[in-house]
Amino acid sequence: MENIFDRQQEMAWCPGCGNFGLRKIVLSAIAELGLDQKKLVFVSGIGQAAKAPQYMDVNYFNGLHGRALPAATGIKIANPELTVIVESGDGDMYGEGGNHFLHSIRRNPDITVIVHNNMVYGLTKGQASPTSQKGMITPIQVNGVFETPINPLALAISLDASFVARGAVHEQELTKELIKKAIMHKGFALVDVFQACVSFNKLNTHKWFRENTYKIDENRNPEDKIKAFELALKENPYPLGLFYINKNKIPFEENLPLYKNSKEPLYKRKNEIKNLLLSKI
Amino acid sequence: MNKKISIILAGEAGQGIQSIESIIVSVLKKDGFNIFATKEYMSRVRGGVNSTTIIVAENSIDAYYENMDIFIPLSDAALKRYEKNITQNTIILADNTQVHHPKITNLPIQRLASELGNVIFSNTIAAGVILGIFNASQEIMNNLIKNLFQKKGEEIVNKNLEAIKIGYNIGNELKNNKVVDININKTGDKNSLLMNGADAIAIGALAGGCNACFAYPMTPSTSVFTNMANYSKNYNIAVEQVEDEIGVINMALGCWYAGGRALVTTSGGGFALMTEGLSLAGMTETPVVIHLAQRPGPATGLPTRTEQGDLNLALYAGHGVFPRIIFAPGNLKQAFELSAMAFNYADKFQIPVFILSDQYFVDTYYNIPIFDIDNIKKEDFFIKTEKDYKRYKITDDGISPRGIPGFGEGLVAVDSDEHNEEGRITEDLNGISLQMKNKRLRKFKKVEEYALPPVLYGKEGFKNLIICWGSTLNIVLETVKNIKNSDIAVLFFPQVYPLHKSTIEFLNKAKKVIAVENNSTGQFADLIKTITGFEVKTRILKYNGIQFSVEELLVKIKENL
Repeated sequence: MENIFDRQQEMAWCPGCGNFGLRKIVLSAIAELGLDQKKLVFVSGIGQAAKAPQYMDVNYFNGLHGRALPAATGIKIANPELTVIVESGDGDMYGEGGNHFLHSIRRNPDITVIVHNNMVYGLTKGQASPTSQKGMITPIQVNGVFETPINPLALAISLDASFVARGAVHEQELTKELIKKAIMHKGFALVDVFQACVSFNKLNTHKWFRENTYKIDENRNPEDKIKAFELALKENPYPLGLFYINKNKIPFEENLPLYKNSKEPLYKRKNEIKNLLLSKI
Repeated sequence: MNKKISIILAGEAGQGIQSIESIIVSVLKKDGFNIFATKEYMSRVRGGVNSTTIIVAENSIDAYYENMDIFIPLSDAALKRYEKNITQNTIILADNTQVHHPKITNLPIQRLASELGNVIFSNTIAAGVILGIFNASQEIMNNLIKNLFQKKGEEIVNKNLEAIKIGYNIGNELKNNKVVDININKTGDKNSLLMNGADAIAIGALAGGCNACFAYPMTPSTSVFTNMANYSKNYNIAVEQVEDEIGVINMALGCWYAGGRALVTTSGGGFALMTEGLSLAGMTETPVVIHLAQRPGPATGLPTRTEQGDLNLALYAGHGVFPRIIFAPGNLKQAFELSAMAFNYADKFQIPVFILSDQYFVDTYYNIPIFDIDNIKKEDFFIKTEKDYKRYKITDDGISPRGIPGFGEGLVAVDSDEHNEEGRITEDLNGISLQMKNKRLRKFKKVEEYALPPVLYGKEGFKNLIICWGSTLNIVLETVKNIKNSDIAVLFFPQVYPLHKSTIEFLNKAKKVIAVENNSTGQFADLIKTITGFEVKTRILKYNGIQFSVEELLVKIKENL
């Protein structure tokens, strides 16, 4: 079946890159949901993953390194009728954008955040990322990474993110369904996706990800925060699936007084200021 | 000569200077006096010395005088800080159990407040004294007190009514006994507006269609943010305090991209963090409006004081080359109009537009005739897109019709990388990449064509020309008025970048040009030299963190004529 979001053009990724697999998954997810192409906006920062929107027929805002989240929030503020999806890498989201990651979770805009997590910097050629594992030798971390990697899922759950999941490119069906659920979820939805960097990460290869992950029992209760946190701390092997969901959080934009009664986007609204000026007499 | 009385209230942070000030200013203005007020405060929540200067005048008054007719110190520390300003004509009104000085006319405020049941009523008594001195309308005074304390219940309202009456009678007596000899007529327009720079900027922004405001709190820019937050209860405006200034500017750009009109309000250090985002606005041709309220730097500097020191920052911030507009309003009317215009120009040219103010400007208020708002409208420039829409279509004037996602049939793609007409990344250096650079360069010319001309105050045949920008305008005009020399004219720049082409003609006509700037080097004079080649050699500069007073500027201008 033809996918209206698919855009055939030359892509700047290495052959065998996990980005190709995730691109396919994302394209299927948005097509299967039947999203209105005109009202779908992708937002990305900088990095190999952040190029993803270039290769789709969508509205997009390809901004600065690390700054996709505030831009995405601004888009949602201007027009809550838009579906906003952030596509980002581990360096973009958890490194340069770390502060925005924390506070966007607190803010809880109704956006979906897909993080291509390959545990390495690709665009800048192989330096450690915030999720690089200890011991990985790189052109900069010449004696091996000694800093503790960030655990994005545990971090997100600790902040009570309203939807937290992990997929992997080798689990196409699972990941697609997680992304679909994330898009349909009202509030900040994180889907961290394991994928291999074939050029710069010789430690966490396609094979490694297959051998070091397992699927979470689908019947578990994802609304139990303590259990979700416990699950998020599990390593080697790493669980895949929906970790946590909080259905009681109100999306950020719905808390703004101007959207209490109507979702009419800002560009259609007006302000009459005469009385405000008269109040200064 | 404008008859006027300057009152200086000084006390520790937390002693209630601002509540005394707000009662005095509101009542006197409503009663028909012309009012000016500005404050000087320390960067602390308790202690130190804060002060407010209130000038009550027969004709309209909008500039700062340092003269002190009535001095009301609430503590010895407050007295000490302003002791040097005491002249033989200064009347010191204070409670001699709290403040010690041989010239004090005693106001037993503490005792009277205690008799009412709580020393907390001291402030209301003090405000009453001043109102009594001016023989202000007691009806207006009582109504204000009722409104002010309404929320705290009837008992508190009644106690404060008693307190203000006690103060009022003392003031009246001082006036009748000629201890304080005041004779100022109530000739002010009761229907005039009373607002400060922050009010004018915020309301002007709304008039220009602003419907979102993002910021991280930073003195002195926060007051605009606070206003917007208040307006968000009843107006279509989304307000959010963001985690840092980097988030602020990126949120604003996302908002504009999707059809909103966001204002960011910040000061030097916060704006410094926004510079990469500013460059993103340049590259993606996304409009944005930035209110930059200046304070002395470098780094944290003097957080609560004033300076015109960030013109260069606003001019050169952001890597790469892209057009921008910098407005520097000199009075409340301009602040209102230019803030509105900033939104329309940002949208029209798809560029960042600055409103450059400073601490003195945002915190100073005075009454002015109500603005004509009929000609001020939100003008939208975005289009409904067609199916084959290209965000960066090459055009003659460099401006590509701007679509927004969800409005029309097209897709809107913007990119911080160099891009082609569709917004896709390109590295075609001699092809579309260069065409995009040239497209953005063509916008410089377009923006320049729309530059506001400088405003000449004075006669065409001037010999001496004083140039100024931003918050110094009213002080310079008031000073020149006092000099009474028809050879002097003032050339004011409401827009400091790009400069209007007529600038050089004005400068060439003068025998002598003097720049007056509230900074240490004459940043605007330097800009004039860079753009026009004209060197303004005489520069009157002040950079201790305080605005010029009319008295000191008068001396300095005379020295330099």
